[in-house]
Amino acid sequence: MKNVRSIGRLGVDVFSEVGAASQFLFRTLCRMPRFKKSFPLLVYEIFSVGVLSLPIIMVSGIFIGMVVGLQGYNILVKFSASEELGQLVALSVVRELGPVVTALLFAGRAGSALTAEIGLMKTTEQLSSMEMMGVDPLWRIISPRFWASFISMPILTLIFCAVAIVGGYLVGVAWLGVDSGAFWSNMNASVDFHVDVMNGLTKSVVFGMIIAWIAVYQGHATVPTAEGVGRATTRTVVYSSLAVLGLDFVLTVVMMGGW
Amino acid sequence: MGTSLIKTDALVKIRNMSFCRGKRVIFDDVSLDIPRGKVVGIMGPSGTGKTTLLRLIGGQLKPTSGTIEMDGNVIHRLSRRDLYKVRKNMGLLFQTSALFTNLTVYENVAFPLREHTQLSESMIRDLVLMKLQAVGLRGARDLMPSHLSGGMSRRVALARAIALDPTLIMYDEPFTGQDPISMGILVKLIRHLNDALGMTSIVVSHDVPETASIADYIYVISGGKVVGQGTPEYLQQDENPYVKQFIHGLPDGVVPFHYPAVDFGQDMLGEAS
Ligand SMILES: Nc1ncnc2c1ncn2[C@@H]1O[C@H](COP(=O)(O)OP(=O)(O)O)[C@@H](O)[C@H]1O
Ligand SMILES: [Mg+2]
Repeated sequence: MKNVRSIGRLGVDVFSEVGAASQFLFRTLCRMPRFKKSFPLLVYEIFSVGVLSLPIIMVSGIFIGMVVGLQGYNILVKFSASEELGQLVALSVVRELGPVVTALLFAGRAGSALTAEIGLMKTTEQLSSMEMMGVDPLWRIISPRFWASFISMPILTLIFCAVAIVGGYLVGVAWLGVDSGAFWSNMNASVDFHVDVMNGLTKSVVFGMIIAWIAVYQGHATVPTAEGVGRATTRTVVYSSLAVLGLDFVLTVVMMGGW
Repeated sequence: MGTSLIKTDALVKIRNMSFCRGKRVIFDDVSLDIPRGKVVGIMGPSGTGKTTLLRLIGGQLKPTSGTIEMDGNVIHRLSRRDLYKVRKNMGLLFQTSALFTNLTVYENVAFPLREHTQLSESMIRDLVLMKLQAVGLRGARDLMPSHLSGGMSRRVALARAIALDPTLIMYDEPFTGQDPISMGILVKLIRHLNDALGMTSIVVSHDVPETASIADYIYVISGGKVVGQGTPEYLQQDENPYVKQFIHGLPDGVVPFHYPAVDFGQDMLGEAS
């Protein structure tokens, strides 16, 4: 009986949280960007959200590419198909690893920072004082951060994929001796721009929006204490990661028809 | 009873205002006036809802019933857009100062100007330096908020709050946690700015002597009601037991020293549970 009740309680909590978050998202999206003032804010946020995430994205990309190259080569070589390595690396990176790993890293690097920043601004009453100055924090603080994350994610994903393919190339061609021409031409022949690259990008756009949404909402809904900020930050990373992995499965099922 | 001030034109009028948080009644049918051009003290013990009152006037909270009017605008009936417009005419100095921690002192003071005006950079610079000069911190313009002492950050917040020359400025516990020197500076500043800039000031506080020294009129609130009001001199003589206890800082009286508990002797003998 107690268990049933706590499950019910959890269900109600989840729904009311999702409801509040949706309402919050709607209000954020409704804030008309005043172009002249919003644009510099957006550029600044893209820098702090996107550009500062570049190092971790690139380092991870090159390692992921190298590992896939190594693992792939060892399997392919058993079937004497090691020239197909380019295809294997490119497809697995563009379709799956690129969007998913970038999103997970992004949630950990940028999403958590966003939540902590907004949460701390709330805790120290900076958001309140902004409101009292007649400046809407939803417009001034939340909206640029939301859009910056949304825009950065696909770009970071593309960079991740490119770097990972270079990683695969380094291991496959430079180290293990796969023919360079075969590596590229097989990749070229099998990766379809409209299907594979666009599908990967679609995923990254969806993930970007989910992470941006979770991060700014958790920041804004932070319980204004030191502990509250810590919890909100953790929740951003946990919820974003789960949402990304779950949605990845759903999106893959939907997209599989095209392959 | 020293109410002559109240006859003058009121900038903020609160009428029959009640405010509840859930089942808890914070204000119960409160009516009060803030006369234009004066420094008004609002006093009461911690937790009576002084900060809540300022947030109600600022429109961050809505009263459960009754009205709050500023300069002819009923605050809680304004659209979001109009509310933000009205807020440009009020400054609220938060208890925590609430400076933007990622901006320098200069940029903090410039923030409202940049957001609300189209002034050129040199005009903004002049205005910011003027406001900082008024609070005596022109030399600190390049510091970050984390490098300021408590008294200094409160003065920077004050400079920021007066950046747009508001008609109403509200101070939330400006003296709490200040050393005697910064306290003296703040007391002087509040009075001086009010008179020099022609503002109306509301000072929320529980520091009796400081507030009494600058306020033209004082409201004492407790338990959601206004329990006493008048000029500082008048309140000194007030015979209302609550006001008397508060103004003279008596440890025991209508407000008991002890939080409600079972009898002490019984408690000592009882088992540790
Ligand atoms: N966000 C809130 N949610 C629920 N109760 C609150 C909140 N903020 C303040 N309160 C309650 O309202 C009462 C008045 O608070 P406040 O206005 O901060 O008092 P004061 O400033 O006079 O010390 C307090 O007893 C506090 O417990
Ligand atoms: Mg307070």
